[in-house]
Amino acid sequence: MYNFKRQFLSGPYIIWIVGFIVLPILVICYYGITDASGSFTLENIIAISEPIHMKALLLSLKLALVSTLLCLALSYPLAMILNGLHVKHQSFIVFIFVLPMWMNFMLRILAWQLILSNNGILNTVFQALGLPRVSLLNTPAAVVFGMVYDYLPFMILPIYNSMSRIGNDIVDAARDLGCNKFQVFAKIILPLTVSGVLSGIIMVFVPALTSFVISNLLGGGKVLLIGNVIEQEFMQNTNWNMGSGLSIVLMIFVIASMAFMNSHNKEGEGTAVW
Amino acid sequence: MVKKYSSRIYLAIIFLFLYLPIMVLIVLSFNDSKSRVVWGGFTGKWYVSMLQNETIMESFATTLQITLTASILATVIGTLAAIGIQAMRRKGRAILLGATNIPLLNADIVTGISMMLLFVRFTKLGFSTVLIAHLTFDIPYVILNVLPKLNATSKSAYEAALDLGASPLYAFYKIVWPDIRPGVFSGFLMAVTMSLDDFSITYFTKGAGVNTLSTMLYTELRKGIRPEMYALSTLLFLIALALLFIMNYGSSRKNEINN
Amino acid sequence: MEKELIHLSHISKSYDGSLVLDDLDLKIRENEFMTLLGPSGCGKTTTLRLLGGFETPDAGSVFFDGADITALPPNERKLNTVFQKYALFPHMSIAENIAFGLKISKKSKSYISDKIKYALKLVNLDGFEKRSVDSLSGGQQQRIAIARAIVNEPKVLLLDEPLGALDLKLRQDMQYELIRLKEELGITFVYVTHDQEEALTMSDTIVVMNQGYIQQIGTPEDIYNEPTNAFVADFIGDSNIIDGTMIKDKLVNILGVTIPCVDTGFGQNKPVDVVIRPEDVELSDPPNGFMEGDIVSIIFKGVHYEIEVRANGYDWLVHTTKLFSVGTHVGISVIPFNIQIMNKPESSDEKAVEIDV
Repeated sequence: MYNFKRQFLSGPYIIWIVGFIVLPILVICYYGITDASGSFTLENIIAISEPIHMKALLLSLKLALVSTLLCLALSYPLAMILNGLHVKHQSFIVFIFVLPMWMNFMLRILAWQLILSNNGILNTVFQALGLPRVSLLNTPAAVVFGMVYDYLPFMILPIYNSMSRIGNDIVDAARDLGCNKFQVFAKIILPLTVSGVLSGIIMVFVPALTSFVISNLLGGGKVLLIGNVIEQEFMQNTNWNMGSGLSIVLMIFVIASMAFMNSHNKEGEGTAVW
Repeated sequence: MVKKYSSRIYLAIIFLFLYLPIMVLIVLSFNDSKSRVVWGGFTGKWYVSMLQNETIMESFATTLQITLTASILATVIGTLAAIGIQAMRRKGRAILLGATNIPLLNADIVTGISMMLLFVRFTKLGFSTVLIAHLTFDIPYVILNVLPKLNATSKSAYEAALDLGASPLYAFYKIVWPDIRPGVFSGFLMAVTMSLDDFSITYFTKGAGVNTLSTMLYTELRKGIRPEMYALSTLLFLIALALLFIMNYGSSRKNEINN
Repeated sequence: MEKELIHLSHISKSYDGSLVLDDLDLKIRENEFMTLLGPSGCGKTTTLRLLGGFETPDAGSVFFDGADITALPPNERKLNTVFQKYALFPHMSIAENIAFGLKISKKSKSYISDKIKYALKLVNLDGFEKRSVDSLSGGQQQRIAIARAIVNEPKVLLLDEPLGALDLKLRQDMQYELIRLKEELGITFVYVTHDQEEALTMSDTIVVMNQGYIQQIGTPEDIYNEPTNAFVADFIGDSNIIDGTMIKDKLVNILGVTIPCVDTGFGQNKPVDVVIRPEDVELSDPPNGFMEGDIVSIIFKGVHYEIEVRANGYDWLVHTTKLFSVGTHVGISVIPFNIQIMNKPESSDEKAVEIDV
């Protein structure tokens, strides 16, 4: 019994990996490089260069980039403030700022629909203040709003985590060796939070790039992202080969952005969110 | 002093940005008027009509079934897998951990579509395909929660138990289990939250007729907002809050013991 | 006597309403190896942090070379600190760590590289320039932390329990290294520790602190041989501390026996603490000695035996090289010179006695 191989306990999971992680990816790749009759073609992948697809991809990249940068710009100062709080319940306050992450995704979007719609709350407030009405719903701006709202905690958490790991004595040491407050930030805090920032970027950029729900609900079908194109190929046009081909392109972009981030992460250690 | 106040103001602004939408939903759930901007007096009628709404209740039941089944199975498979992975050599471990990361890192839409493509080859989409899909993204969360605890467990204590005549199973139960239990527990809760929240993967693997809360909401939201959804939002927010407090209570108790 | 370099003048500091330092006054001379010694919470680390500029006092001033530096931030002080847990920058190589302070003060490249070489040689880690911080052992990291501080040529090096995280053997080696470094650099060291042996080995001057007060300042010999109160006696080495009554000058009563001593000026029939070091207690056959007792236990300690003798209701701690056996009836004697008489604190406040230098 002593020589019982504990490795075998992974058995069911290994079967699971092969059957439901590896196999589906092989299947989607198969669909992506064949046509309806099953013969090899690269057309589904090249289809990304069609104007409508290209436009959707570029818009996706643009909105994802804007959302990521906005999240970063909002989160970094927030993480610094949270980390600098000298209160008893610091972890509770941090918890409050990431709590919305745990609320049903669809309901968070519903809330923004309510706020941004033409006769919604924002416009009622604007009207009361004598400001002109704005029609934000069904514009790319609304989609960016939704993305920032949805993904902000994913940026806050890794940055805060990497920041809270910097010991006070490291900061003291830098001050001791002649750094003023700005130099402490530039030479110590910033470099030591790079890994947190990079994982935050990944955590926001990838879902933002591949989202189709936010754009559907807050963009009202008028903001067409690459995720929407793929979804339509499967659910409406039922051109699965085309949808798979475009999915492969999307996957390549996801992998590329992760590889890019990893190559810039000198620490070599990702800051896991969990 | 100025700095202190400006940082407080900044915290307040972000706080409002995050919570105002949720507050709006909660307030509207008690609003007697159907309007979004007019307060028509306090009412509980949307909660009543939510409970009487078959679409909502049915998808609520489906969500619970899928979430609980998937989370429990994922906890069992994931915990066993973590124990196995820990006993592996470096190379095998790296391969398995790499594969574990795929569902976490890949775009949900691609994960959902690729599973759908596989499923339709062999079977009809329905409850069981959603369950399999949920298990697939739940198991990694369990593994990632259990593995660190396992790594922190002293191997020599386990071997000492064997040396003193304990069977491996008994030694595991007495020595290893108490150490990894918090990880198993938080892995389970993580799986519950992920399953409750998932939309994209469910959407592609569910087929017609099966609906979780997320997919039901998606269909309904495209048609328009009904006040019952405010009630549902409030309810779900409270559930999420409760889950998180359980999670935190669990981990703070664990910390006390460690200290 | 070297000239005075630092003066901490009437410093008070409290955290969350509890007083950590109370009207502390301390002068540090140039080129002195001064150790702040005391149990945790005695205020020694706070004193060091006040010197480094990481804390500002609630009251009082810090003078450096005659100038008031109380409000000066750490980066503008001519002191450098070696931190308890090394505090090396994890994202930099060893060379970058050592060069950090020099780069901030915009020294030339060749100057910096010369300094790195010199500092690494000084701490016996030549060739470690390219290594990463986590590839180093605790002892090596501590040496780098020292190197990183001294390349800036501070007038004073502050060391906050720098050897606390190291194992015993390494700690002893590093003690000698530190003494050697101090000789070579010719600068002032202010060293914080709770380890009395460390303090006795390295220091020119020891400042014993407790509950925010200075208990005694003196050379290691002074502190060991002439503790000014029961706290110091108890904290430095093992002691027999016995309640006694000063009958008159040069005569004290302990445990019902009146014995001669050399102390004067305590008044008549005054309660006092009597301190006797265990190595000063002599054991002999019963008719000898001022008191008789039975040996309760004997532990072999290598250099000596540690013996416990119960006599007149007190368990005496005795260090001797002579061999006895448990149960033996023995006589106890101490020569008058080795009997230390100390005032009893009259209230709990006075337990922490203040002494001016």
